[in-house]
Amino acid sequence: MRAIEPWVEPPLSAFLAESAARVTLLMTASGQVVAQHGFTRSLDVMAAAALGAGIVASTTELARIMGTASLGNASHQGAAMGIFLSPFDTPRGRWIALVVYGPETSLGLVQLFFGRMVADLAGAAPAAPKAGPVLAENFEAELNASLRSLFGR
Amino acid sequence: MTLVAALDDLTRQPGVRGALVVSAEDGLVVADALMEDVDGGAVAALTASLLRRMRGVAEVLGQASPQLVHLVGGEGSLLAAPAGAELLVVAIARPEANVGAIRLALKRAAERVS
Repeated sequence: MRAIEPWVEPPLSAFLAESAARVTLLMTASGQVVAQHGFTRSLDVMAAAALGAGIVASTTELARIMGTASLGNASHQGAAMGIFLSPFDTPRGRWIALVVYGPETSLGLVQLFFGRMVADLAGAAPAAPKAGPVLAENFEAELNASLRSLFGR
Repeated sequence: MTLVAALDDLTRQPGVRGALVVSAEDGLVVADALMEDVDGGAVAALTASLLRRMRGVAEVLGQASPQLVHLVGGEGSLLAAPAGAELLVVAIARPEANVGAIRLALKRAAERVS
């Protein structure tokens, strides 16, 4: 498991241990990866984050067109594994979780412990750092630092 | 008989705090009749997981799948029975409840919803 910010690790570790999820990806609403477990290739993470954020953006827009409140989580039950996708609010803004689970656990357990992780993340989040100016020379260095955090290289 | 009617029969037993029909594979609530302080989603998810593991233990021991699981805690009991291949019926009881009567009602409910 790897996270860009250390305070995310304890709640995510507890979720992974209790839910027995195989793969978990936490990202911002724009698809920026915050933490991941179970991925081995950075390209897979980036693709999954982009697709997950796209699905949530699409369902949110669908909800707006239908005149309802934002749609909640989405789950896909496959023959061998299931996918759980849910937006959630944190003190750092709206994030999205993408969870892949196998037959050793269930959607009910994933949902149960996901709810607990969301509460734990809300309690663990430190005050947001003051946003500095976005400079081109900082961008690449920050991107590389994030990729090192997520993949250890 | 509807799922709700089967649960009503179960919750009429004295000392029963609630009853649920749960999807065995997903651990999700299919129908419930619960007191307000009972977290049905958590009970459903954890009970389905418990039954799955109990089935695993029975298999390892060369036994048939459990027909009824009775978990006794300090502040009451949880009873669960498979209802066909896809559902479980679960009852949550206070310590003073007549567990024998609840077991019979649970088996009846499981037969009705399966």
